[in-house]
Amino acid sequence: MTPEEQEALKRARRGRNVALGLALLAFAALFYAITIVKMLD
Amino acid sequence: MPLPMTATAPTATAALPAEWRDYFALTKPRVMSLVVFTGLCGLLAAPGHIHPVLGFAAVLCIALGAGGAGALNMWWEADIDAKMKRTAKRPLPQGRMRASDARDFGVALSVASVAVMGLAIHWLAAAILALSILYYAVVYTIWLKPRTPQNIVIGGGAGAFPPLIGWVAVTGEITAMPVLLFAVIFMWTPPHFWALALFVKTDYAKAGIPMLPVVAGETATRRQILAYAVLLLPVSLAPWLIGGTGAIYGLAALALSGAFVALALPVAFRTSAEGDRMAPEKRLFGFSILYLFALFTALVIDHYALGSAA
Repeated sequence: MTPEEQEALKRARRGRNVALGLALLAFAALFYAITIVKMLD
Repeated sequence: MPLPMTATAPTATAALPAEWRDYFALTKPRVMSLVVFTGLCGLLAAPGHIHPVLGFAAVLCIALGAGGAGALNMWWEADIDAKMKRTAKRPLPQGRMRASDARDFGVALSVASVAVMGLAIHWLAAAILALSILYYAVVYTIWLKPRTPQNIVIGGGAGAFPPLIGWVAVTGEITAMPVLLFAVIFMWTPPHFWALALFVKTDYAKAGIPMLPVVAGETATRRQILAYAVLLLPVSLAPWLIGGTGAIYGLAALALSGAFVALALPVAFRTSAEGDRMAPEKRLFGFSILYLFALFTALVIDHYALGSAA
């Protein structure tokens, strides 16, 4: 694997990790909000 | 006669791990926008109240379910997509992603969307969402699309579910109104896609997909576009006629469906020549997208302006 390919691989992996982290955070926030709404209902 | 099936589970191998944009592309964002919009309108037009947080969760589940079904569709059709100019740049035909990753992503989104819909909103809405995903990924993608020129007619049901799901998320029951909203999109889908198929028919033929223009010819397709456009008129008026909506929706449906028929007429009674720019077909396709947005917007405005939903 060339240095350019290694860099592209690292960049793609970092981007996916950030996207996955943000998605998990958003889901945690959504579940928290749903739980609160259900408890108040 | 149906053309031979060409779709098989894809075998593309990826040189590099996919980027997040590739996963996003798998969800068919442009199709999803229409799904989200009609689902949201079904939710907003339904009688009753849903907490905004739960309403947001319901629409998110509809979007994720559509995205999961889209990913499964792209996983299954990677071979076909590689043969068509319109789809050749998708992540799988380009080799930017492993086929198994696309499949797993689609399954994960589908399962998560149904589970959250059931746990947070309503299990009937979750069941309809699950049915819509199976309908698109299995009935349409695997079974109908490669086998019959009527693929769009029956498969159109998959895209017709969102307003029904949105409505049921609020009311918890299936009544005549959401079924009629389903019927509107069901009748709208064939002329919408056949108008597109008329000006991209070369691609479909190359990929071996038996779209109506490929199998039955242009003339039959043009006549059927008009037939469905004419049928769409009473179906779109039905919510008003049964008293489920007020005059705002009724007049909008009359005007929009009338315009749909008017634009379908020149498409129905012409034949394309070599090098034809297919302007009437492109006009009808463009209007069909506007039609759905405008009709469902009118439904929501009518609901809030007159409080007329059944």
